[in-house]
Amino acid sequence: MTDAKDKEAKAAGDEKRLSIRVSEETVQDPFEGVDFSELELSLYRPRTLLSILLSGLISCMTLIALVPLFAVLWMLLWRGGHKLSLALFTTLPPAPLEQGGGFGNAIIGTILMVSIATLITVPLGILAGLFLAQALKDNKLASTVRLSAKVLTGFPSILAGVFAYGAIVLTTGGYSAIAGGIALSILMLPTVILTSESAVAMVPARMKEASIGMGATGAQTVWMVLLPTAMPGILTGIMLAVARAAGETAPLLFTALFSNYWLTSHGRLNIMQPTASLAVLIYNFAGMPFKNQVELAWAAALVLVVLVLVINLIGRSFSKQQIEL
Amino acid sequence: MASASDIARAREEVASWHPGQIWHPPSSLQKWTDRIFRQLCVVFAATTIALIAILVLEIGVKAFPAFGQYGLGFLYRATWDPNKANYGILPEIWGTLYTSLLALLIGTLFGVAAAIFLSEGYLGEFVFRLLKIGNLHFHPFWGKLPTRVETVLKSLIELLAAVPSVVYGLWGLFVVIPLIRPFCNWLHSQFGWFPFFSTDLSGPGILPAVLVLSIMILPTITAISRDALVAVPPKLRMAAYGLGATRWETILGVLLPTASRGVFGGIVLAFGRALGETMALAMLVGNANRLTLSLFSPANTLAALLANSFPEAGAKEVPVLMYAALVLLAITLVVNLFGALVLERAAVSVEAK
Repeated sequence: MTDAKDKEAKAAGDEKRLSIRVSEETVQDPFEGVDFSELELSLYRPRTLLSILLSGLISCMTLIALVPLFAVLWMLLWRGGHKLSLALFTTLPPAPLEQGGGFGNAIIGTILMVSIATLITVPLGILAGLFLAQALKDNKLASTVRLSAKVLTGFPSILAGVFAYGAIVLTTGGYSAIAGGIALSILMLPTVILTSESAVAMVPARMKEASIGMGATGAQTVWMVLLPTAMPGILTGIMLAVARAAGETAPLLFTALFSNYWLTSHGRLNIMQPTASLAVLIYNFAGMPFKNQVELAWAAALVLVVLVLVINLIGRSFSKQQIEL
Repeated sequence: MASASDIARAREEVASWHPGQIWHPPSSLQKWTDRIFRQLCVVFAATTIALIAILVLEIGVKAFPAFGQYGLGFLYRATWDPNKANYGILPEIWGTLYTSLLALLIGTLFGVAAAIFLSEGYLGEFVFRLLKIGNLHFHPFWGKLPTRVETVLKSLIELLAAVPSVVYGLWGLFVVIPLIRPFCNWLHSQFGWFPFFSTDLSGPGILPAVLVLSIMILPTITAISRDALVAVPPKLRMAAYGLGATRWETILGVLLPTASRGVFGGIVLAFGRALGETMALAMLVGNANRLTLSLFSPANTLAALLANSFPEAGAKEVPVLMYAALVLLAITLVVNLFGALVLERAAVSVEAK
């Protein structure tokens, strides 16, 4: 009540003052003392000059930040491109001082281990993401899961390898593709969870409500409405995770190790043996003092980067929505 | 409006799809499926928490023998001698922090600059002005160009993060090191008295590792800072412009302070990435057990130590390496947790505005 009265009194007072001012013609120019030329956009004014200089500076810095991307791609094409041939994909890595050779087994190994990791991660990640998207806002479990997924996104990849070494390699008694796949799945999981969550959360609430209103159970709603609608976003997340896993080296160094041979033993596929991968091949061959191996490393890097970028771009094309990571 | 005959026809049609009654309450099987499905979601979600616990536990248990043997002295001894079973990881801890902080310095400068460049839409503006010269800025095809160019630029910066780290390592080894070596050696010969330049760059060293590392963390900083800058309510910018502020007075005085929490969270997360980054460092940092300030000297980091020593580790060395892994795990978990919490609070504070 008092507030309203005060306001009234104030308004009345203002009016009075205003009328006095107007009558006495003492209204001051509100812009008196303002140097308008100071507001001009000109190179001779320090304020705007600073603005223009800083704009130029960050434009240059952004350009410089992009130089490495193009430099890397250019070097890959230049040093790896001329070595590229079909034989690379069908032959085994060469022994030291041997000429020729390729990395067919490494490509198969990479695909195999990424597939194992995807098989583990996808069901786990999507269902966990569904739970997060459906959970109420003050759900303690959900917020803890979300936080731990976010912490896992920054989890050092080498530690995933250390874990798989301790948990799988030491217990099964040898390096294997399974151990490599499990190490990779730890790195893929948070991406899949968080992207699934945001994709499911973006499904309009009215679709879910309509489904429940028609008498569908929660599981039916999820399978018939939420998942099909959110599928593009979920696929984007999976593809981004696959692209990341395909390029990871550190978790494979001492879980899958490396091998110069195909994955077969006695004519049968055996995934419990050391397995080659493109990334580890690049690492091993880059440090060798032989020209042939170094060239192979560049060619493998080109193949790996093309593979990763293509998966990445396909994944992005599934959904235009922004993926937060 | 649907007439009674329409409804009857619709019913007949639906009935012809599904002979028999299709509308019925959920059967007990469906109810059970639903219940089991919900429980499964909860269990899988809880697996994520369990995973972190298992990771810590597994590494902790395997490190326990070494912890009992070397105690906390492991953290501040500077020798690594498998023959005499004498281990300490002070140089590795120092190397990890030193390279990460330097990379963070460069990465933050360029990353935040790129974030401002993206959030202000400089490139779109530039393209728009170019189009205006040809009077094409409202053309049905060319008029869309500014937005498209912005999207391409944003994806290009994100693609920087998509390149595998081992490829950056390869590039650093064969391109960056030969490129910067003459300059670094000139610096050493002229300013050798300065502690940062006290050795020459004979091959792998801290500086190339830092340069490559900063490229790798830049996209993280840019993406998160850009999101924070875009989330600043437009009315704040309008108010600043209305008061006569120039664009950069607005950016430095209003936008960056408002988005500072998000930017800071991004920097902390990038720091976590830098601490745990392995391959580029294992290839570029030189793996020398050395405690040094010099930018050109080889050194070592925790992650690189693990990557290089694990494949050939004997049964006696494994617990020691697990202990080193535990230290790395503790550092990165703390940094990442801190970063995630900062970002969460930043999001809340923006929502509240």
